[in-house]
Amino acid sequence: MKELGQKVLAGDIRAASRLIRNLEDQIPNTHIAMQEIFHKTGNSHVVGITGAPGAGKSTLTDELISAYRKKENTVGVLAVDPTSPFTGGALLGDRIRMLRHAEDKGVFVRSMATRGAMGGISKAVGEGIHVMDVLGKDKIIVETVGVGQQEVEIINHAHTVIVVLVPGMGDEIQALKAGLMEIADIFVINKADREGAGKLYKETLNMVNMAKDTHSGSGGWKIPVLMVETVLEPIKFAESVEVLSDKIDEHYHYLIDNKLLSERMRRKTTAELNEALWATILQPILNDLNAAGEMNKMIDQLLAKETNPYSLAAEVARRYMK
Amino acid sequence: MADRKIRILLAKPGLDGHDRGARVLARCFRDAGFEVIYTGCHQTPEQIAAVALQEDVDVVGLSCLSGAHNYLFPQVAKLLKDEGADDITVIGGGIIPEKDMEGLYQAGLKAIFTPGATLDSLVEWINNNVTPKG
Repeated sequence: MKELGQKVLAGDIRAASRLIRNLEDQIPNTHIAMQEIFHKTGNSHVVGITGAPGAGKSTLTDELISAYRKKENTVGVLAVDPTSPFTGGALLGDRIRMLRHAEDKGVFVRSMATRGAMGGISKAVGEGIHVMDVLGKDKIIVETVGVGQQEVEIINHAHTVIVVLVPGMGDEIQALKAGLMEIADIFVINKADREGAGKLYKETLNMVNMAKDTHSGSGGWKIPVLMVETVLEPIKFAESVEVLSDKIDEHYHYLIDNKLLSERMRRKTTAELNEALWATILQPILNDLNAAGEMNKMIDQLLAKETNPYSLAAEVARRYMK
Repeated sequence: MADRKIRILLAKPGLDGHDRGARVLARCFRDAGFEVIYTGCHQTPEQIAAVALQEDVDVVGLSCLSGAHNYLFPQVAKLLKDEGADDITVIGGGIIPEKDMEGLYQAGLKAIFTPGATLDSLVEWINNNVTPKG
């Protein structure tokens, strides 16, 4: 594992992909490779792209890659698609929109399955970002699964969150609801040639103006609402995505200039430390209880109402945490 | 607890726009519990090899109905080998004449499936011959 970490530090693409895979598969001792690379992380700008299924996230990501390559930025992409709750399999089809970048050495696209995570990304995405970061990617784009209202886990990982909206998804009350509509640093109205795009634009703008000074963590950033032209007119489409890429950069500089980037990084680091504590302290206890068959015994006791979960937990804590 | 999954890249190299079969396979592999990276039609062997490395797949499944398999399939296998990735299992399918098979196997393909092969037989072959890496 130590060697795998070294290979990633040396820029080996396959090793990087393997490390992400070991994280996804929860292979024991993968943390040893992460220990090797962690000190090199923290240099990339992480951009999250989220929105409903079919909103155009992958196509937008593809064009964003082009825009950033024009600016001579290197790009890493983590594209997440759902895992089947029935078979555990997945069809990862995001990169079908990004094939023109397949041979560009400055672009690294990695598809990931959610593996049962419910927040719109997978559990390994946070560490996957570190891996891309160590490879020296200037921009890391995380494309979430198609989300609904509530899957907002991306805010724990991205510095700049783009919420992609398309016309025809509901009335203006939808725009006032909590959750997804609150997390945008930039709104994109995609498929702007469609009927209802103008109305959606106005509603979103109204919502943004209403929320201007209350948005927690935005620190005075005025959330832009951008219309993106139809992909059927490639030149217009590319131009509007270039504008988007400029806005994304502007947001990044805004975060840095206003000392907000460190706040966002703190959010991610807090979550990471929590997870590492969980994995190092609680997980071994759970494994131990499971292996000894004690877990089942405790569940039986609970079902028979002989005791309660709180007393059992207190007892386990007394035993293990001296 | 480790949760190992087989990752497979399904791609159609060359000038061949008929991907119904490949889509059926993608669905079938998904249902078999694999993680399927589906990249569709009109790809160069270079693109396919690059994607296979970036995705760290265990298997590359190539489909070709155009008759150009004798160039395209071995080329993918060669490019992977050049990158030190000949541990990736390359399999092919499509309208492949019997007389071409020996050459394809010699070029590094591990299995060839022709019309009539059942979905179950493909899944079974992969489960028997491929272990997830890592």
